[in-house]
Formats: sequence, C-alpha cells, structure tokens
Amino acid sequence: MNAIAEDITRMTGAMTADDLAPLRDFSGTVGDFTSPQARMVCRNVDVHYGDKHAIKNVSLDIGRNEVVAMIGPSGCGKSTFLRCLNRMNDTVPGCRVRGRITLDGQDIYDKQQDVVPLRAQVGMVFQKPNPFPKSIYENVAYGPRIHGLTNDKIELDALVETSLRKAGLWDEVKDRLQQPGTGLSGGQQQRLCIARTIAVSPEVILMDEPCSALDPIATARIEELIDELREQYSIAIVTHSMQQAARVSQRTAYFHLGDLVEVGETSQIFTNPSHKLTEDYITGRFG
Amino acid sequence: MNKPFTPSSASNTGLSSTGPGGDTGPDKSERAGRRATIDIVNASLGRRYRAERRFRFIGMSAVVIGLAFVAILFADIIGKGYSAFQQTYIRLTVDFAAEVIDPEGTRDRAVLSDANYLKLARDALAARFPEVTQRADKQALFGLLSPGAPQQLREMVMADPGIIGTTREVWVLADDDADMFMKGRSTPIDIQRGAGLASLIPVEGGADDQIQVLSTANDFSDIMSDLDDFRTEDRVDATSPGAQEELTPEMPSHLVAINGGLVKVQQATSAAVIGTLIKPLATATDAQPGQWATMRFGTPENDRRLKDPVVAWIYDLGEAGDIEKRFNSLFFTQGASREPELAGIAGALMGSFYTLVLTLLLSFPVGVGAALYLEEFAPRNWLTDLIEVNINNLAAVPSIIFGLLGLAVFINFFGIPRSTPLVGALVLTFMTLPTIIIASRSALQSVPPSIREAALGVGASPLQTQFHHVLPLAIPGMLTGAILGMARALGETAPLLMIGMVAFIVDTPTGFLSPSTVLPVQIYLWADSPEVGFVERTSAAILVLLAFLAVMNLAAVLLRRKFERRW
Repeated sequence: MNAIAEDITRMTGAMTADDLAPLRDFSGTVGDFTSPQARMVCRNVDVHYGDKHAIKNVSLDIGRNEVVAMIGPSGCGKSTFLRCLNRMNDTVPGCRVRGRITLDGQDIYDKQQDVVPLRAQVGMVFQKPNPFPKSIYENVAYGPRIHGLTNDKIELDALVETSLRKAGLWDEVKDRLQQPGTGLSGGQQQRLCIARTIAVSPEVILMDEPCSALDPIATARIEELIDELREQYSIAIVTHSMQQAARVSQRTAYFHLGDLVEVGETSQIFTNPSHKLTEDYITGRFG
Repeated sequence: MNKPFTPSSASNTGLSSTGPGGDTGPDKSERAGRRATIDIVNASLGRRYRAERRFRFIGMSAVVIGLAFVAILFADIIGKGYSAFQQTYIRLTVDFAAEVIDPEGTRDRAVLSDANYLKLARDALAARFPEVTQRADKQALFGLLSPGAPQQLREMVMADPGIIGTTREVWVLADDDADMFMKGRSTPIDIQRGAGLASLIPVEGGADDQIQVLSTANDFSDIMSDLDDFRTEDRVDATSPGAQEELTPEMPSHLVAINGGLVKVQQATSAAVIGTLIKPLATATDAQPGQWATMRFGTPENDRRLKDPVVAWIYDLGEAGDIEKRFNSLFFTQGASREPELAGIAGALMGSFYTLVLTLLLSFPVGVGAALYLEEFAPRNWLTDLIEVNINNLAAVPSIIFGLLGLAVFINFFGIPRSTPLVGALVLTFMTLPTIIIASRSALQSVPPSIREAALGVGASPLQTQFHHVLPLAIPGMLTGAILGMARALGETAPLLMIGMVAFIVDTPTGFLSPSTVLPVQIYLWADSPEVGFVERTSAAILVLLAFLAVMNLAAVLLRRKFERRW
C-alpha cells in the first residue's frame, strides 16, 4: 500500500485490512473489567442467536453507585449484553446465554432463579418510551402492586409520589395523575418509565439508549436524573452518544462486533484509550 | 418463413406505411436519444392519466352496480315483507253465551277451557250476515275466521270468566285468505267511479237476484276490453257487434257497487251489464255519477281461493268498518304454525338467542385462550405449526361438514338431545372458533412488543403481562372478530339442518335443552310452505334477521371505535 492511498484512507475514515488486524487476533479485554464494589459480576458471557455468535466471552462488573456506559458501533452487542443482565433475552426465540452472571453473588441464570424477582431487582428503561396505555398513577403503581410492595392505598400513593419525585416528574404531573401516561411528551414519558422502574426499588437499572428518541433538552433532564439516581442505584447504560457516555458515566466499556474491547475509567477511555479500535471509534474514524 | 427484416419487405407486407425510405428507424432513435427527459415524461402523461381515469371509472361502475343489486334485493324483500307487519282483524259482536261455554255453571277451568268457542265465533259471524243461509255459503263465510279466532275467545274467557253471559265486541283474527285479499295480494283490485247516471232494471224472465245496470256513460269499456282479450275465434264468428256476451270464471271478475249492493257482472254490452246480486241493494233508485263504482279483480275467480261472494262479505265488513289491518303483534309473539296468520318468529328468535348465547359463551373464551396460548406461550415447533395450519384450514371448511360432525359426535356418540340450542351451539362453536382464533391472534400481534417488554421489565410474570397489558389492548379486535363470527353463526342454516333444528316446533323454547329452531331455518321452512301468506312472512323474517345482523355488525364497529387505543 502506497503512502497516498494510506492518506486517503485516513482522510475518509475507511477501515483497512490493517485496522482490522487487532480484531482477528483479539485475545481479551484491555483494561480492568472488575469493580471494587461489584454488584453484578459477569464472567465469560457468550450469547448466540441461533447460529450468530452475538457476544463473545465478555466479562464485566457493574459496581455500586456507579454508571457504566456501554458504547460501540451498531450491532456490536452492547444492547444484547445489557438485556442479559435481567434475562430479557429469555423472550427471544433461539437465544442462548452461556457464562456466569451474578447479582450480589447469586447466579441469575441458575435454574433456581425466578426471573420475576430478578427483574424486580434489575429494572430496565427502554430506547423508546413505552408507558402503559393507562393513567400516570397506574403506570407507576403497577410494579409495586403486582409485587405487593405496599399494604394500603396511602402507602402506594406515597410510593408513587416518591418515585415520581425521584424521576423529577412530580411537579409536572401531580395535578393530572389520572390522565393517560401516553399523553405526556416524549421526555416526560421516558421519565415516567424511569419512575415506573424505580417504584419497585431495584438495585440495578439498565438503560438501553434512553435518550435516543428525545430532543436535547429532554436528554439533558434525563442525564441529570441519571446522575442523581447514581446515589442509590447501580446503572448500566447503553448509548450511541459518546458525549453522553462521557457526561454521565464513571466507567466506560467499548464493544466491537461482540467483543468487549476495552473497559476503563471514562476519563481514561476518552482521553487516553489503550486499544487502537477504541481510539478509532472515539476519534470518529468509524461507527 | 423467416426473412430478415428489410425496409422493402416491410413495405411489401404492409407493415410499414411511412415513406419510401428505409432510414426512418435509425432517424427516430436518434431523435429519441436527443429528446429531453421532460419531453418523454410529458408524452407519457396523457396515457398515465387516461389509465387512472379508466381505473376510476371501472371502480365506480363496480360500486354502482353492486349497490344497485343490493338496492334491488332490499326493495324486493321490503316490498314483499312489509305487509307481514300488519294483520287483518274482523270485528264481531260475540255473545259469550253461558249455555255454550258453561251450561252447568260450574265455572270449572277445565270446562271453560274445553268449551266450544268455535261455535261462539261462528254464531257471531252468522248473526252478522243473516242473509247467508245455504250450508255451502255458511262454510265459505266461516272460512273468513282464522282457527286462531276461537283461541282468542278462549283466552278472553280464561282471563276473565266474568264475561260469560255478556255480549262483547271483539276483534278476531281473519283467515290468511281474507288477510291476503285485504293486502291486495290475492288479486289486483281496480276501482273506477261511475261516470254516468246508472239505472237499475230487473231482468225479465231472470232469477230474483239478477239485475241489469245501465249507464249513460262509457263505464263498461274495461269489461268489453277483457271480453275482447278472451274472445276465441269461434266466438267472434258467433257474436254480432253489440250483442251481450258472457263473462266466464276464467276471466277477471267485474263487480258493480251500487246503492249499498254488489252486482257480479255476468253479461255485458258497452252500455249495460247483467249480473247477480251477491249483496242485496239498499234501494233500487238510480245512482248519480260518482255515487257508484265498477271494480275489476285482475285474477280470475277460478284462480282465487276467495270467491266473489266472500269478497262481497269482506266488502260489506269493510263498508261498516268491521274489518281492518292492525299491527301484527302475533308475528313477534307466536311460534311456528301451519296457519300463516298464526305463524310468528318468537320461537325461532328465542331459539337463535339461546343458541347464540351459548355459542358465544363456549367459543369466545376457548378462542381467546387458544389464540393467547398459540401466540404468546406455545413453543414454535412442527406441532404448533400443524395446529396453526389446521386452524386456518378449518375456517374454510363448508359448514355442513360441521353439521355432520355434530350429528356423528354430539348426538350419536355423546347422546345430546337433538334439535336443542345446546347441540346447535356446540356445532356453531366449531364453526366460529377458527374465525375467533384468527381474529384474536391478529389482535394480539397488533399489540406493540414494547408493551410486553415494559411489563416484563418491571417484573410482571408472563401471565400478568398478558392479562394486565396485552389482553386489554387486544380485546377490541377480539370482540370484533367474535361479533363477526357470531353474525355468521346467526345466519347459518346448513349445519343446523343436520342436527334436527329444522323440526316444526310450535312452542317457544324455554331453555338450552328445549327443542327449538333458529331464524334462518325458520325462513327456510316458510319459504317452502305453499300458502301465499307465508311469502310475506318469509320476507318479514328475512328483514328481522337482516336487522339483527346489521345491529351486530354495527356493534362490532362501535366497540372497535370505543376501545381503540393509541400508544
């Protein structure tokens, strides 16, 4: 390859065979994937969708009071990995998960483990706001009600108020709790979904690109909220926006074609990535 | 033969008529190559718009033709059926004579029930027409009364024995022949006021009841033209112009209503008619123009069940206001009957009601359950694939097959009593299940997966997810499917014929195990009956069935509108 061609490649950001070289002999994750105060511990997780090997030997911890961001190009498996953490992949036909994932030391893929309590402990916020087509109050009260978390209406009312307050939505909806949740704006709907998730007091909250359908102002509100929620919950967030990852997370994990390429302190990943693929991605050469 | 294409050969065969030169082809393509895209587009625009206009025209024509046929269908059914909602009644002054009903004065209900009410009704009618004395005439007169009339009198007495010994005015049911005549169904009636002065002359040498009517105007031209139509060739030779001609029973009947009497025309000339008095005259004076009338019954007397004397009695009753059409409540309260005037749809309606209620109760939960399981819980494997294919196939199975199945399985094997709503509902359940399952599955598929994820995400179990979130969103679609399935079941005849619901059942069914029939089968039975009175009842029953179907389909639309939710 001559120098001119190399320059063109660099300028256009196209990947060359040389760029892909590290991937072919990929032998493990760069950086420390453990967390000193680990709440969820994932070791050697493999996920297959039928014949497709979607997640390859990924190990990652999610610690107490921290936000772990997962970044990477589309189709790299970050959402799949996230959905393994509360076994949402169980509903996908043909999906097989191998490896060990524990929540507070308990294997969540154990045969004894029931998914219902697991999902109460590991809540999830989805890409598209998906409030139930019921009232705002019912949206938040649904989780506590099915799990029997409250004894009477007063407690439930209080829990709904607390959850909405934590989600920063209380002041906007307190006068119209009986109106349908689907009538709120996109950002409000997403905060309602967060309120719904924290109403069942989970330990870990998984967020799958929670701001991708929102405008910048609503995104800013959610990011603020994530920062506040970190006080109480462990949060794993998948995002396409590197700026968002840089703003909200303490640790960042970079996924590439099913591999976890690099994990590290967010500041380190964004300023001084160790792996070439990470560097290429965050400097915008591909993805 | 395969000749290479050359300009000369083309012009030889007449394929090309443009110029003598062979250079038109290359020249054209060259020009096309230079033409701007916009020109090509513009050139094709006309063709495109024409195609669109043609399509619109064809579509509109199809709609118009379809609507026209529907309109014709409805006009026919309504035209035939509307008269069934009215029924002819005759006012009689009935003497509830104690010696007929209860000669011993015991007032025992069994005695009252068995009394000869037919005699009461006949006596009252005979008293109304004292001039009818001949036995055959009396039989014809009593034929005006429906077999339901004595029934009516019995019910009156059973309800209030106090009326025994009194005389009451009672509107009793008229026989279907009289009813059909009153509704103009047995013969077209054409009445014309007399234009001239009419005078009455006794016929010399004739019977006492013969009379000649002369008119100063040309009032009898209708009769003459009928005579012309029916005159055979040899009669033309036999008759000279102006001679009197005989009217035969093969010809339309002509009557003259004059001075309160009726003359049945037997011989006619253009100025005078001779006929028999079938209703006595009040006076024999001359009648002024407009004070008398000629009537023409288009159907010949021989082709009518109601002969002219009976028509005269009906005319008499009508003059006195003693015969009239009233709202036919019996149609909605009576079961099947061999007598058209006593036949109603109540039995069939109740049969349909019980059958449909049971069908809904059986097929909706099972159908929704099956759809939920197949759509949300069942593993995807060859077995569920097989079930799925078969459900779709079942929706296309001819319904009579389900009837045979019901006969073989439910009646012959399980011994469920035949012609009951229970066995009917079981068969119709088989028939509607595929419809409901398919509609329910598509309703479930239309619920966005994000709702399921949201529910699972907060820790709802799969069952809670389905029942709390998915089902409420899918239920309008399921209900729509169920109502459409029910509408189909309501109109179904073939499978029910196989399981004995075609039986002639007089009593209104009272439960799921009483013998019954259903509305479409009743229509089928009536359509088969020879009496003219059943023609209008068939159409009226079709109208009722169509009304129910329309209401059910409307309900489906409204339910969908009401519960349709956006997310």
